[in-house]
Amino acid sequence: MYRYDEFDRAFVTERVAQFRGQVERRLSGEISEDQFKPLRLQNGVYLQLHAYMLRIAIPYGTLSPAQLRMLAFIGRKYDRGYGHFTTRQNLQFHWPALKDIPDILGHLASVEMHAIQTSGNCIRNVTADHFAGAAADEVVDPRPYAEILRQWSSLHPEFLFLPRKFKIAVTGSERDRAAIQVHDIGLHAKRDASGNLGFAYYVGGGLGRTPMIGHLINDFVPVEDLLSYTEAVLRVYNLFGRRDNKYKARIKILVHETGAAEIKRQVEEEWGRIRHGALALPDDEIRRIESYFALPAGLTPRPAESVVLKRARATNPALAAWVDQNTKPHKVSGHALVTVSLKPIGGTPGDATSEQMELIADLAERYSHGEARVSHEQNIILPHVALDDLPAVHEALARENLATANAGLVTDIIACPGLDYCALANARSIPIAQRIAERFADSARQREVGDLKIKISGCINACGHHHVGHIGILGVEKKGEEFYQITLGGSADEHAAVGEIVGPGFSYDDVVDAVEKVVDTYLKVRENRGEDFLAAYRRLGAAPFKEALYGAA
Amino acid sequence: MFKAAKEGPAKVITANDLRDGLVVFLDQDGGWIHDIARSRVVEDGPDLESAIAYAKAQHDARIVVEPYAIDVEVVGGVPVPVRFREKIRADHGPTIPYGDDERRKLGAGT
Repeated sequence: MYRYDEFDRAFVTERVAQFRGQVERRLSGEISEDQFKPLRLQNGVYLQLHAYMLRIAIPYGTLSPAQLRMLAFIGRKYDRGYGHFTTRQNLQFHWPALKDIPDILGHLASVEMHAIQTSGNCIRNVTADHFAGAAADEVVDPRPYAEILRQWSSLHPEFLFLPRKFKIAVTGSERDRAAIQVHDIGLHAKRDASGNLGFAYYVGGGLGRTPMIGHLINDFVPVEDLLSYTEAVLRVYNLFGRRDNKYKARIKILVHETGAAEIKRQVEEEWGRIRHGALALPDDEIRRIESYFALPAGLTPRPAESVVLKRARATNPALAAWVDQNTKPHKVSGHALVTVSLKPIGGTPGDATSEQMELIADLAERYSHGEARVSHEQNIILPHVALDDLPAVHEALARENLATANAGLVTDIIACPGLDYCALANARSIPIAQRIAERFADSARQREVGDLKIKISGCINACGHHHVGHIGILGVEKKGEEFYQITLGGSADEHAAVGEIVGPGFSYDDVVDAVEKVVDTYLKVRENRGEDFLAAYRRLGAAPFKEALYGAA
Repeated sequence: MFKAAKEGPAKVITANDLRDGLVVFLDQDGGWIHDIARSRVVEDGPDLESAIAYAKAQHDARIVVEPYAIDVEVVGGVPVPVRFREKIRADHGPTIPYGDDERRKLGAGT
């Protein structure tokens, strides 16, 4: 894992001291709320429906056991014993008192964490494939380059007051698990025919009220130009992005209105000016950052088949189902990536109590070479677990209700906090997710349905990524009641697509039945078990689903 | 961010406490309380205007943050928010169990 250098440590520590002074001045009346609000937002402090909320960055989703334990400690001492992992690899505490937040930030700084740039019109937490550095199908580990971008974008004076917020995601596999095409910049790290490292740049993707898929403006930018090309994109956006209308201020609108070809021309003209300047990445600096992300020293190949696991599976069907569903192939033989589901049936997607965080920290330390990850799908990953250790990991997780065998299935639902917590929301998301999960709780039924991503947002800002759910659900307020619009066919992978609204919305009471009808229709119309929901939808379109939901036209 | 209360007979003034951020309501004595049942119900007109002016002064005096009026119905002498959003705020938490309550509900740690 990356370790803070002196510069990182100094600026985070100074920022804590600075914010402590700002909070003191706010509480003593030296500064007003109008003056304080932008300052608190720049430090990740929102005022939500019930209380303040603190959003903490987890750069590219990577967490150490010490960091997890600190989050657990903060949850217990300063919050209500839990935290919420978000769709942007952040963690939110929903109940901190303002007077305590400087102390919380001090604790976070002691484990190399902060909340800087988790709000405001700046470059936000850089996200990455949660299987980075471990997946068998990975071509390039994206984390070193996400870290380089983190360093470049942290307190970058030119980009702290952009027209609107700016999100960057990086993947290093053909299979996109980081949703790069729905980010302001999506980077696909790859190698050319000669083995040189570079990045494909997707620009202008995003969700929210105007969902758009990013445009590929350059298929291969050499690694030494990572910062200069990214800075060129940001400069064009900073210069020409709209500041007159908040709803048209994201780069996706600029790209849409200007045209991807013209944006590419502008970016590359600017790039030409700065390419060989201070931002050109020296080889030794790239190597230095990469060295932080080397495979753990003790992670050595083991036999591809584990006798221990094979025996345990034979007598423990729950373990077998969990291994089949929640583990993925590792790049080192005899190991697996483990998805720790934060989606127990009937639970709140993404929530973890302090006890659960501490357990995951212990397991990461003991069985995963000291690493854990947060996924944008609101689960935790143990990236380096030996196959021999899977039975012990499963047993420990099950004790804390963290072993639900549902990764990627219909009950592994993304949901924003919605109207239960969020000041912007129009409708609740969490109870909808819980009721859908309860409806499909039967594990055999879930496996029969297969891969299916349901994503729920409580308002058009789309924190629950509903536009790119295979089944998306958007909560709206209609005549004072919660109503839910269903979209179908969305996807955030390498074949990204925005879902289509299937028809009129459904009430809070009816929406779960509607989702079940969609799923049952899929089971009826699919060609065979190998045709997943998205493939069936793409083959057949919305017609059979509309008919099931609304009757024949 | 917040929809203004509609014209109608009954309103309550709400805000968040500056120090801890929790939801509060203006009471009869000019204090701020968590229990909406004991809050001061005001009518449209001068009564409401003076309550809002007082709340804004409390905002400026760094007691509360972002005060505003909400519509309520008085049921059995107790004000009940009209909008669902405000009902959730008045209940001081999400509509679903959270944290340890959820953990216990789901049978973890057993």
